[in-house]
Amino acid sequence: MALDKTETGESYEGRTSYTHVGTRVDRPDGLDKVTGRAKFGADASAPGMLHGAIVRSPHAHARIVKIDTSKAEALAGVKAVVTRDDFATGLTGEEWNVLENVMAGDTALYDGHALCAIAATSALIARDAVKLVEVEYEILPHVTDVDKAMEPDAPIIRAGQQSKLVPEGMHPNVVNYYQGGHGDMAAGFAEADLIIERHFTTEAAHQGYIEPHAALATLGADGKGDLWCCTQGHFIVQKTCAALVGIDTSQLRVTASEIGGGFGGKTTVFLEPVALALSRKANRPVKMVMSRSEILRATGPTSSASMDIKIGMTKDGRITAGKGVFRLQGGAFPDAPAGMAAECSFAPYNLSAVSIEGYEVMANRPKQAAYRAPGSPMAAFAVESVVDELCKSLDLDPIETRLKNASREGTKAAYGPTWDRIGLVECLEAAQAHPHMKAPLRESEGRGVAAGFWFNHGGETSVSLALSEDGTAQISVGTPDIGGSRASMALMAAEVLGIEYENIRVTVADTATLGYNDVSHGSRVTYASGLATINAAKDAVAKLCDRAAQKWGIDPDAVVWEDGCAKPAGPNAGQFDPMPLKEITRRMGRTGGPISGHYEATPEGAGVSFGVHIVDAHVDRETGKTSVDRYTVIQDAGKAIHPTYVEGQFQGGAAQGIGWALNEEYVYGEDGRLQNTVFLDYRIPVASDLPMIDTVIVEVPNPGHPFGVRGVGETGICPPLAAIANAVSGAVGIRMTSLPMSPPKILKALKAQSDG
Amino acid sequence: MVEVNLWSGLRRFTDGVVTVEVEAKNVGEVLEGLARLYPELEDIIEAGVSVAVDGKVIASGLTERVKPDSEVFLIQQLKGG
Repeated sequence: MALDKTETGESYEGRTSYTHVGTRVDRPDGLDKVTGRAKFGADASAPGMLHGAIVRSPHAHARIVKIDTSKAEALAGVKAVVTRDDFATGLTGEEWNVLENVMAGDTALYDGHALCAIAATSALIARDAVKLVEVEYEILPHVTDVDKAMEPDAPIIRAGQQSKLVPEGMHPNVVNYYQGGHGDMAAGFAEADLIIERHFTTEAAHQGYIEPHAALATLGADGKGDLWCCTQGHFIVQKTCAALVGIDTSQLRVTASEIGGGFGGKTTVFLEPVALALSRKANRPVKMVMSRSEILRATGPTSSASMDIKIGMTKDGRITAGKGVFRLQGGAFPDAPAGMAAECSFAPYNLSAVSIEGYEVMANRPKQAAYRAPGSPMAAFAVESVVDELCKSLDLDPIETRLKNASREGTKAAYGPTWDRIGLVECLEAAQAHPHMKAPLRESEGRGVAAGFWFNHGGETSVSLALSEDGTAQISVGTPDIGGSRASMALMAAEVLGIEYENIRVTVADTATLGYNDVSHGSRVTYASGLATINAAKDAVAKLCDRAAQKWGIDPDAVVWEDGCAKPAGPNAGQFDPMPLKEITRRMGRTGGPISGHYEATPEGAGVSFGVHIVDAHVDRETGKTSVDRYTVIQDAGKAIHPTYVEGQFQGGAAQGIGWALNEEYVYGEDGRLQNTVFLDYRIPVASDLPMIDTVIVEVPNPGHPFGVRGVGETGICPPLAAIANAVSGAVGIRMTSLPMSPPKILKALKAQSDG
Repeated sequence: MVEVNLWSGLRRFTDGVVTVEVEAKNVGEVLEGLARLYPELEDIIEAGVSVAVDGKVIASGLTERVKPDSEVFLIQQLKGG
């Protein structure tokens, strides 16, 4: 294995065996979670605490003529009211966009947009006061559909937002554009024996985290604040909130609660700056908790998408050319992940001719937020559906065909670079060998296969590790634990220190305790915080070796660390008994002081990841209901630090994909109002909707991590939309091109089929 | 000199070329070099891009080393969920 060092000096160590890494130890938060002792966002309270509530626009697009809060302010128990006037001015770029989303300026941009907020002595009084706020609107025309928002006569949502990358003549709602690819497209398509071109759509899907957004804020007149909230990244919350309420970053201390799901949706702020502004005005702590309706109306789902795919293939299954156009709607704000969709779309394929385009489009919907591998799942749905159709039309095996065209080390990615060591071929071979592929199908059942890709991410990271006198260790990380990271960090530290997993406690430290840490997103935590933990542990080990050298009177370079003990490096170093960690820490206060390890860096060696899913789906032709009968996830994890958590990530991606593919959608009325604002109507999968999801962990080490780790949190949601669509299309004998494939949509397709 | 490959949508701002040579020893110098050669790229780079160096995606780090024979691609700014 070639060692490929990054600037931060990280490279795969090439180890083949581990003592702790790869074991299925008990999760450290298990007892807290099952007994209810774990403190989530809404579990905090403070003496004298007020409760906040938000006045939201019922209109999809309206100029705010006047907000009259006098009756609300007169209500007994109301202590503060804030509007946009109570936030910072002069912000630019994304901070301005976030503020505009958190509290509207002069225009309500979507149904549910926050207009003003109230703090009162009880949640009930706050909600009553919301009803007393009188808002005068001038209703403006609206658009919620991505294709309609691009039409020449579409209402302009926010003028002046267009990047200069957008081709001339496009509607102002098109705010950004990406175009890439390589090769001779005309020649590529000319080589093909069969070309299939299709249009696809997907609806917005919410991340569906069960825990609502919640915050408890205190901000005094002295500009010093404390914030407790449910977030994927308390450092970005600190930075953003400080900017939005106009205080210095370091004067705001943010503590992350336990988190009941995020999936990308908790990488920004919604309530947090509002609670701070209310607290400053009332001079009392303010707690805010969103209802499910508020979450669905006003927090970010993923983009809806409209896509055109054209792929050519020879009779023997070689893809000769691929073209994809991806239009993603990002709400009334820029930043829909259209470029990422385009770059991910053809990633599994080694193509000599490929053309990819992405359009970011604004519509009167809430600001889209990241949702596990933003942009990739819908792109995979479109591309993998056409590949499936080509395979079926040419009577080719879907996995053999993918293997024939697979990206591998040394081939050129559709988005440009030459691939480093990647594990797609290994995933496809594991799929080919899996018994699932040979299992018989029942009547009205189809089998779908699809591949998916995600980049993964590194990001700013800071970790501290402190040893205790009794030989145990405590680790402070700055990345909220959204996928088992406390267990993974402890396992990696145990491996380096040579002590037991149970002797290590990992804490998600607040913003006053550590240097900046990027959000827990981009599947980065096990990679980046893990890498930082390994290096913090190595830093501590170096200091432990120094103490042993000091004791033995030899050079520190003549000491090695093995099995939790300092040992002479060889016979020339001298004859000394191994000195266990506990023996060194017991005396550390008197031999130089406390021993800690630290690591701060922005590691850039996050290895990309591929996955392959196999799905059997049955469709009831009378009701249009789809049941997923069997599901297998195969994904490259690089190295699974805690395999059970890795499998959980795989299964979670599949479960969310099943919801997105079959039922979840934002339903907007003609008036631009969201029609399904509770879980009763916004149908996420429940346990009875899901089969047991089988998993296969493929381990192709990432050259950029000491233990070979690749992120696993996002890739799991890239193939499911396509794999399920391919299975359903097979079951009904109709190519399904629009998600979700809900019963009404399937019945409509079946009727069209029977009508001829 | 390092050869830098741009995504084709940037061709409008680089006199039609998608491969540019810049003097650079790290990613930061690659980006500075591009902006110097083609000032219209400056605000696009400032708005956020990532860089792939020899197949490795550098999300934001400016100090990552670039060698004269490195394969360098400008790509969309990496964001995750």
